Parts: sequence; C-alpha cells; structure tokens
Amino acid sequence: MKNIKEQFPIFKERKKLIYLDNAATTQKPARVINAILNFYTNSNANINRGMHFLGEEATQLYEQARVTVAKFINSKDIEIIFTRNTTESINLIASSIESIIPQGKTEIVLTEMEHHANLVPWQQLAKRKNLKLIFIKTKEDFSLDYEDAKRKISSNTAIVSVTHKSNVTGIVNEIDKIINLAKKQNALTIIDGAQTIASKKIDVKKLDCDFFAFSGHKIFGPTGIGVLYGKKELLEKMNPYQFGGNMISTASLEKAGWNELPMKFEAGTPNISGSIGLAEAIRWINEFGIENISKNEKELTSYALKKLSELNGIEIYGKNQEGIISFNLKNTHPHDVACLLNDEKICIRAGFHCAMPIAKKLSLNGTCRISFSVYNTKQEIDFLIEQLKKIKGIIK
Amino acid sequence: MNLAIDMYRENILENYKNPKNFGEIKNPTHKASSINKSCGDEITISLVIKENKLTDIKFTGKACAICTASASLLTEEAKNKKIDEIKKYDKDFSLSLLEIPISAVRIKCALLPLETLQKAILNNGK
Repeated sequence: MKNIKEQFPIFKERKKLIYLDNAATTQKPARVINAILNFYTNSNANINRGMHFLGEEATQLYEQARVTVAKFINSKDIEIIFTRNTTESINLIASSIESIIPQGKTEIVLTEMEHHANLVPWQQLAKRKNLKLIFIKTKEDFSLDYEDAKRKISSNTAIVSVTHKSNVTGIVNEIDKIINLAKKQNALTIIDGAQTIASKKIDVKKLDCDFFAFSGHKIFGPTGIGVLYGKKELLEKMNPYQFGGNMISTASLEKAGWNELPMKFEAGTPNISGSIGLAEAIRWINEFGIENISKNEKELTSYALKKLSELNGIEIYGKNQEGIISFNLKNTHPHDVACLLNDEKICIRAGFHCAMPIAKKLSLNGTCRISFSVYNTKQEIDFLIEQLKKIKGIIK
Repeated sequence: MNLAIDMYRENILENYKNPKNFGEIKNPTHKASSINKSCGDEITISLVIKENKLTDIKFTGKACAICTASASLLTEEAKNKKIDEIKKYDKDFSLSLLEIPISAVRIKCALLPLETLQKAILNNGK
C-alpha cells in the first residue's frame, strides 16, 4: 500500500492531511479526476439526442459506464439506474413502489440503525399510503437482533429495507439472513449499500435482493452520481417518479408513454461526467482488488480499536466494526474533539452522522467517528492517538 | 495554525468545567430551548423578568465547550440588566464575551445561547 497516497492528488496538495472521514466521502484518485476532465475536454455533448458524432460518443461513454457498474455488482445493464446518490435511489423506490407492493400487506420493516436516507423516505410513504413502520431492534452491543427480525418480518410485511452496514457503528449486518426472512414472507427487499460498496464484493444475483442502492462518491468516484439496482421485472412494473425528457417514448400535448428501462427512470440530462468518473473509479478498484481494500480496512480497524481501547476514559460503541469506529472521550463533547483534531489536520466526523435514532442511543451528545480507506496508515492512527491523549489533557 | 488551541484557553475551559448560572429556575416567567442541528448542542434558558429587568437567569443543556462557555458568560452578563438593553445584544457582542477569535465552523455553537436568550425573552407563555 506504500505508494497509494501518490495516486490521490489531494495528499500532494495538503501535505499534512490525515483524512479519517471516509464514511462521509472518499478522496479521488488522479485517474478519476482525469477521466472527468477528459470527458469535458474531448467528448462533451448531451446523450441520446444529437445526430452528431459527439453526441454519439458521449452516449457511448455513458452507456459503457452503465455496463461497468452492472458488471461490478453482477446485474444486467438495464437494471442499473443512475441517480444522484443513495438518498435519491431510495427516494425513487419509495416513490414508485406502490404498484408492486403485494396486495393486502401493510407493513414496512426497517432497523433502528438506519441512516436518515433509509428512514425518512419510508416515513413519507407510510404516511401517504397509510402503511405501518416497524423497526428491528438493535441489541445492547448495537448489533442487529436477528431474533427480533424473525418476529417483526411477518405475513403483513410488504417491504424490508435494511442498511448493509451502520454508518455510525461500522457494524455489518448479515443481510442474507434478513433477505431470506423477507423472501419467505413474499416481501420486497431493499439494501442500502452506501457503506459496504467500497470494500465488499457485492453480487446482487447471489444476494437476491430486489433493490440495492449506493453512491459513487463513497467509492472514489465524484459526488452527484449514484446507483439504483432493481430487478428488471420489478422496475418494468413500476411507474417513473420524475418526468420530462429522455424518459418518454412518445409525447403529445395531452399525454406521454414511458421509455424502456433504464431511461424510464432517468428524466432529463443525467450526470454524464459523473457516470464516467464512477466507471473509472470502479476500474481503479478492480485493478487494486476489492479484497485488498477489505483486508486493509480490517487491519486498520483492529489496530485502531486496540490502540483506542488503551486510552483511559474512552468509550467505544459496538464490536466487530469494519472500517468505522464511533467513540467518545469521557466528559468531552465530540464537537470539541473534532475541532481540536482539526488543528492537526486530522479530519474526523462528530455528531449524529445523519442517523439520529441510533446515534442518540449510543450517546445523547452524538459520537466521534473515524472511518478508514485505502490510503490510511497505522502511523496516522498512532498520530491520532497521540492527539487524543493531548486533548484529554486540555479538557479534563 | 492552532486556531482551536486558542479557542480552548483557560477562560473558556473554566467556564466550561464550572459554568455560571447552570441549572433550572423553579418558576420562570420566560423559557426557551434551541438545538444546534449540526452537532447536537442543546440549550434551555429560563428567566425571571420583573418590571423590565432580568432578575434571574439559568441555563441547562448538553453542549460543547464553546457553547457552554458562551452560555455561562452571556447569562452572567445579562443578569440584572434591563430587558431593553438585552434585546440589543447582537452577534458581535456575544462573541466578544468569549475574548477569543471563533473559527467559522464554531460560530453556531458560540451563538446558540444568544439565540436562545432572545427567544426566551419573547416567549412569555413559558
């Protein structure tokens, strides 16, 4: 992993930067930045419209990006819909799912550890369609209670939407168990993959979930591009939720017909450069090896856990974390810790991490959260620990 | 460099560890709460106002050092002052009580007590 940092220009520009906020967004390799620059320099045009060579080239690049994403998670090309991010992907499902909800079923099952992105859209759907929200509990160690899942997922369950990994605790959920339980009850299954896509091999066919959502910017791609995978037969039955150009087959002044998949769900000019950047990021991951990313993440996590737990008066939330650690220093507000670490150019996150219900369960003040990626090192963790000791000295 | 270390000077830390006017008033005439959404600071300020004068003020809440110190200093400053005078307190005044430069990301923390105090004065329904 020695020269990995050199592939990320930000570390050249910001020499002292220690970036431990990778669960929020990752830094971008030069390859990805150049791919975007190259598109705007050489191939910029709108897609699916122009009769000219440039339009054709841009369309090709955009569709190639879709193929790259599809291969990455083992789906069909037309099952990949480009969105802005995980949040938009889940909003799309929640807005369009009505027509495929199995008849007579009235319950949506989520977990207590969801990010607001996989919570608030369902609250709105529940309100609109008079459905009931039900939450699978977390245990005392903040892991998912699978016994509770067995109780909560029932013949009334219409939808089960679960995060693959908590963005607060870093605990990975055994989603295959959850998907199995849901399948037995003929419920629709949705996985929020925002936190696992960067370091776990995802095979949607094997998982057999109905939908899988993730963001490009958490896997070294640009912001503003996200992905929704959905099973073809389900997407075909769903109605679009945004309307306009590109998503229609025919249109008159009075009415319109919908385009085929995936265009049906991609109204207006999409984020073409973003999709190209994302595809380049995926190629980079494929060359680097996702198993290497995963291995590095696990090593750094266990090293950091060991070092952190040696500090007096530290509370670490949960166990068996992967890539993310939430903690608090005794009598110290997380905001103060983050602010003092910032002085040493150490970037961490402090607060509720857009997942207020679980974060408040951990600590009423929120937590400090560190999260790792390929370019982080044990030396950086050592430096972090040194600074945390200093902070303990400053704020009793 | 070391902006934060400057922020955590003795004056701030003393007011954080031993905040003045921390607690609740049993029968306040005015009361208000505010939350800083980005980090979760929560402050509640209760007041006793008699004849246009702030005769008692206390605050409670869970907040970071900057926010708590700011609340401590602001409540101490406002106590026994005329309401008309307190209504004139602005951002610059509140920040000046801290006697240190506050970095942009922490301004919200530092100003939460002022926001809450002004809200409380208008909030005579308790």
